[in-house]
Amino acid sequence: MQQAAGNPRDLGPSVIGPGHDLGSVTDKITSIVLKRETPRGWWIGLGVCLSLAGVLLIAIVKLLADGVGVWGLNVPVGWGFAIINFVWWIGIGHAGTLISAILLLFRQEWRTSINRFAEAMTIFAVMCAGIFPLLHVGRPWLAYWLLPYPNTMALWPQFRSPLLWDVFAVSTYATVSLLFWYIGLIPDFATLRDRAKSKPFKVAYGMLALGWRGAARHWERYETAYLLLAGLATPLVVSVHTVVSFDFAVGIIPGWHATIMPPYFVAGAIYSGFAMVMTLAIPLRAVFGLKDFITMRHLQNMAKIILATDLIVAYGYAMEAFFAWYSGNKYESGMMWGRMVGPYWWAYWSLMLCNVAIPQLLWFKRVRSNVLVLFIICLIVNVGMWLERFVIVVTSLSRDFLPSSWDMYAGTKWDWMLYIGTIGLFGTLVFLFIRFLPMISIFEMRTLVPKSEAGTEASGFEEVE
Amino acid sequence: MSRHDHLLELAPEHVEAPAIDLASVPEVSEAEVRAIREELATVHGPAFWRKLEQLADTAPFRAFLTRWFPSQLPRLGTALGRRDFLRSMGASLAVAGLGACTRQPDERIVPFAKSPEALIPGKPRYFATSLCTGSDVIGVLVESHMGRPTKIEGNPDHPASLGATDGLAQAAVLGLYDPDRSHSILRAGQISTWDAFLTELSSRLDGMEATRGEGLAILATDSTSPTQRAQLAALVARFPSMAIHHWSPVHRDHSRAGAQSVFGRDVEPRYAFDKARVVVSLDAEFLAAGSGGVRYARNFAAARKARSVGGNATPMNRLYAVESSVTLTGSMADHRLAVKPSLVEAFTRVLAHRLGVSVDAPEVGDELRVLADEVARDLRDNAGAGLVVAGEWQTPAVHALTHRINDALRNVGKTVDYIESVTARETSDAESISVLVDDIRNTRVTTLLMLGGNPVYDAPANLEFDAALRTVPFRVHLSSHVDETSRLCHWHIPEAHALESWSDARAFDGTASIVQPLIAPLYGGKSAHELLAVVDGDTSAKAHDLVRAHWKRALALDDDAFERAWETALHDGIIAGTTSDALTLAPGAGKLGAYVARTGLEVVLRPDASAFDGRFVNNGWLQETPRPLTRLTWENAALVSPATAKAEGLDSGDVVEVRAGERRVEAPVWITPGHADDAVTLHLGYGRTSAGQLGSNVGFDAYRLRTVDAAWSVDGASLSRTGRTAALANVQDHSNMEGREPVRVTTFDRFRVDPHETNAHDHDVSDLSMYPDHPYNGYAWGMVIDLNACIGCNACMVACQSENNIPIVGKEEVARGRELHWIRIDRYYDEHPAGTRALHQPVPCMHCENAPCEVVCPVGATTHSDEGLNEMVYNRCVGTRYCSNNCPYKVRRFNFFKYSDYETESLKLANNPDVTVRARGVMEKCTYCVQRINQVRITAKKEERVIADGEVTSACMQACPTQAIVFGDINDASSRVSADRAQPHHYGLLEELGTRPRTTYLAKLTNPNPRLETN
Repeated sequence: MQQAAGNPRDLGPSVIGPGHDLGSVTDKITSIVLKRETPRGWWIGLGVCLSLAGVLLIAIVKLLADGVGVWGLNVPVGWGFAIINFVWWIGIGHAGTLISAILLLFRQEWRTSINRFAEAMTIFAVMCAGIFPLLHVGRPWLAYWLLPYPNTMALWPQFRSPLLWDVFAVSTYATVSLLFWYIGLIPDFATLRDRAKSKPFKVAYGMLALGWRGAARHWERYETAYLLLAGLATPLVVSVHTVVSFDFAVGIIPGWHATIMPPYFVAGAIYSGFAMVMTLAIPLRAVFGLKDFITMRHLQNMAKIILATDLIVAYGYAMEAFFAWYSGNKYESGMMWGRMVGPYWWAYWSLMLCNVAIPQLLWFKRVRSNVLVLFIICLIVNVGMWLERFVIVVTSLSRDFLPSSWDMYAGTKWDWMLYIGTIGLFGTLVFLFIRFLPMISIFEMRTLVPKSEAGTEASGFEEVE
Repeated sequence: MSRHDHLLELAPEHVEAPAIDLASVPEVSEAEVRAIREELATVHGPAFWRKLEQLADTAPFRAFLTRWFPSQLPRLGTALGRRDFLRSMGASLAVAGLGACTRQPDERIVPFAKSPEALIPGKPRYFATSLCTGSDVIGVLVESHMGRPTKIEGNPDHPASLGATDGLAQAAVLGLYDPDRSHSILRAGQISTWDAFLTELSSRLDGMEATRGEGLAILATDSTSPTQRAQLAALVARFPSMAIHHWSPVHRDHSRAGAQSVFGRDVEPRYAFDKARVVVSLDAEFLAAGSGGVRYARNFAAARKARSVGGNATPMNRLYAVESSVTLTGSMADHRLAVKPSLVEAFTRVLAHRLGVSVDAPEVGDELRVLADEVARDLRDNAGAGLVVAGEWQTPAVHALTHRINDALRNVGKTVDYIESVTARETSDAESISVLVDDIRNTRVTTLLMLGGNPVYDAPANLEFDAALRTVPFRVHLSSHVDETSRLCHWHIPEAHALESWSDARAFDGTASIVQPLIAPLYGGKSAHELLAVVDGDTSAKAHDLVRAHWKRALALDDDAFERAWETALHDGIIAGTTSDALTLAPGAGKLGAYVARTGLEVVLRPDASAFDGRFVNNGWLQETPRPLTRLTWENAALVSPATAKAEGLDSGDVVEVRAGERRVEAPVWITPGHADDAVTLHLGYGRTSAGQLGSNVGFDAYRLRTVDAAWSVDGASLSRTGRTAALANVQDHSNMEGREPVRVTTFDRFRVDPHETNAHDHDVSDLSMYPDHPYNGYAWGMVIDLNACIGCNACMVACQSENNIPIVGKEEVARGRELHWIRIDRYYDEHPAGTRALHQPVPCMHCENAPCEVVCPVGATTHSDEGLNEMVYNRCVGTRYCSNNCPYKVRRFNFFKYSDYETESLKLANNPDVTVRARGVMEKCTYCVQRINQVRITAKKEERVIADGEVTSACMQACPTQAIVFGDINDASSRVSADRAQPHHYGLLEELGTRPRTTYLAKLTNPNPRLETN
């Protein structure tokens, strides 16, 4: 993935299409936001997603009115879709942070055209994720008791609980991600402010731009802040999903209680995150004609990351099975055997198909170069990662220590409605984002222009008009 | 179109299926409807309402309403969701309030300016009384909070209790507060008054004086009440031509016939299981149903609880069971053989023959023959210390042979003696009700009074009692509910509950006790005594005076001595000196008849563990208590063995038609390991149509197969699939221990040699914790459950439910795995060389030292007390359910919905004020009855002493008939719980996880016959 100093063509497709200069990059990206005509497809897409978000609202009202009993939960399976979806969404968010922070620190310039919407995706995914732990508790109106705030009862939360660690990890993650995204947007807000024709947009973007004039001092401080935040966000990539995995690893239940959980979860999160970035990027670049900015090079690099993280995840699965056998622990082996041939065998083997077998196609360059196949594989990966969390949460709980308490779990329509509803919310936010904010970082793209074939004469930053 | 037009056009299909008989409602013609509609259309505004009142008074309009809107009535009759159930319970109370809209008599309300003696607000008081389920009488102490009974406890002084109870007794509190109880006297379904009833009855009785009671008949149940017996005798003296009949579906006709044939009189055996080294059960269920079950379970367990004392094992009895269904007794057996009912008699004949009783031994299979040989040998080796017990469901021949076997083995006087039956009577129940129906058919009955019971539902099907009853000119039914029988009667009189009326009863050994009320009748109910007094001409008699007068006569004491005796009897819960003396009897040969071998499928009919004969079917606590062994809730099923199911191609949940002759019933199949092949067990008590909101239209009515001649088993039956399936709500999906051995079992012989065998391989992982140990400087509460003594009777579950305000959740929620029981009894099946063996394991909270639940709660809602209790702080709980997930024992229970009933007034009274009623979204679990610990602590502190061993009893321990549960301070080396923990077969469940449970177990021991083992 290392970007060589020489001709980028040596490494395959370029990170920016040919024939772009600084102006054309700015025009291209800002026009998506500032163009008066809103494409009909945007309205349709937003409409569909808003309808699904309405489903979310209905599911939440029903849940609050009647109680978590509307879901399929029981004893022993006290966590179900809510926790599965929470982990799934949080995992998806990880690619954004990884791209923005770690790839920035490693100076992977190809990240530039995808980082903005990957970061946006992160924030939206965290928003969707955050809904679940809040709503899944029996008395959501008291969920603030998880926060360490001074109160007349002189009560603190219980600091040994991983759920509390989750609160800190996820809220920190959400805050840093939001800041990072916003800071990165400031120069582009200024560009939009300057280019916007209508007064309300000028004012709105102007306020968001925080008085950015593109002065050298601005750039200098901006660079420092951005780098600092990248440094702050970097450990979060590892820590958030590590903490999320503690929800399980700290538990005593076979299938949860394993030291392999943190690395396996982090790898899984990056894996699913990149799959989601691809899932979004592939249609976006087609619909908005951004193939010059999100090139085959990007897609291939991401496919390689997916393959690499997939191998880690697959190793995790293999080790789980190995430990179950090698430990000689009857509960562990019972759990593993139950996953493979028990009542949820279909979930386990679908997971193996989606997450282990199918992504192996990415070894082949022809597959990595075929956008449609890539898109399908990414969808499968998304499904696979959902199944992974289903297998971890549900199969472990449904068959734990005492056979007398074993019971089955199945999501109800309200479970599904809430899940699909958050996909709707996510989609709604994505559609609003691509309409009102530059989905590709304008100023960062401009730094790539010198590397494009037509832009060899340009270099460095220019003052924004 | 006006609003009422709209209303009138509501299509009939929008209305729920009516349960009322629409045929009886006159047809409303199209023209009449139109007329009504036009009538209504002509009026507007205020006039409309006046008009509607006028309209509503016309017959066509009323018929129209009933026809088009029957939904208001039958809503209560259909299967309800929990929500509807709660809603309609509230509504029914409101309507009940309307029913009481008569002018109140002038009464002054006076506060307790000076409180009654010994009444301390917040402090419960206990009263001794007795509860009767049929002829099964158990002495209890009832906890009363400010005048409302809340909890039943066993009376240690009462011979049938010895301090314990069964589940049915525990549920009596809910029975008292059942919102579906009859609230008023009904005359042909319309609310009437007691005075109106007296007027009508006396006008009928007046004419009877002359005819010496010609045409008067009373149908009694199997009451053991001496007062009632005397009252009936007095009535017969007054009306010599009247007839007294008796019927109770769970009767003792067979044992009575057996005793009659051998001894020539109606005697009952009384067993001393504690003195028996070898017990043989012939289809008997002496541990649960029937007279003295609680006491017998105690005695049986006493002879079974082997302990290691100074390196030597105390003795242990041996139980053989030959049975046709699955019973608790069978689950405790060391050797159990499941055969269809008719083969039990064959076995008994062979056994009797081997033991020298003159009877022909029929040809039986090898299995039965070998077992009979060895049982005979074992019984002979233990002559005088053996005991053969026949089940009520077996034929009179089996009973007769049993008496003769016990006699031949010189067991009589040692392990069994005989007393005059406490329900002694001239004829059998089946005969009695047959005669009654015959009399009715021949119009010899003009006035029929039914003292409780529900014969329309439970009389033998071939008598067609309901058709006969309709022809009686005047019929009166005393009943707690407006049931199937009440609906066919001219008069329905609400019956006072046992906790709100005076009576008396006699226990299995003859001991008499007074039934005293804890509360005034909630709905003005009357007792059978009062009704009988009315027939006898005393319309103002109070049950209290009648019972007192009877005992004054019976005890023949002077006023002062009687006053003292009466108060002592009320206080102690028994009347001293009333225990029956053993009779000296010489058994005759008895008339056995020839053994008739039967082929084909046999239907086994049994009372249900929860519904009994149908009377408890509306009791939510009992309905939600899993049936022993099947672990089904809320309904009955057709139990078949795996082999029979395979042969018939059936799976659990398949609805089959069970056919016996021309009688048939449809039932869902439940495959039950250990059930006899070629037999199907159907439990009685379900399929009722008028039981209440919970009990109506639940399950199927097995009485439809029951005839006068075939009370407990029907041969020549067949099963056929209907193609439909039903979802049954069972609480345990998985019955295989999967090699994890939560229940550890060894044999008595091995235990004697190596008492540590069951826990020798445990590793001590107690120091493997990151967290420092909790220091316990004061008490450290712990519990030991002896799996060798647990018979799986569920008494602890119901006791816990009552003590801790545990709501019921309903069938659907149980099916989803959301039942709320704080203590459950797991049942595993163990494939054993001698067949399928059932193992019971009560599982309450383990109160772990290193509790996995405590560390994961993010808000600290579950904490560790300084006495080692794992406590649940309900109002801190936000409901993450992480604690439940992380509990390896899965004893935590979650309020997924608002399960607690906050609406129904009468049910509020049943709550224990010392225990929080939990809200929606909150976790709950066993607390070791912390409220009881604290009560005792307060007392001890005031008296400046430490809590003595045995002073704190958890509700489960208190109820346990076999004393399998011991609770106490494990810091006190001399406590019983410490002694049990020091036993070599003591172990902790899943202790290898490092949880260090406070609740621990003693391994189960079996005592198989070595000769049969090698065979």
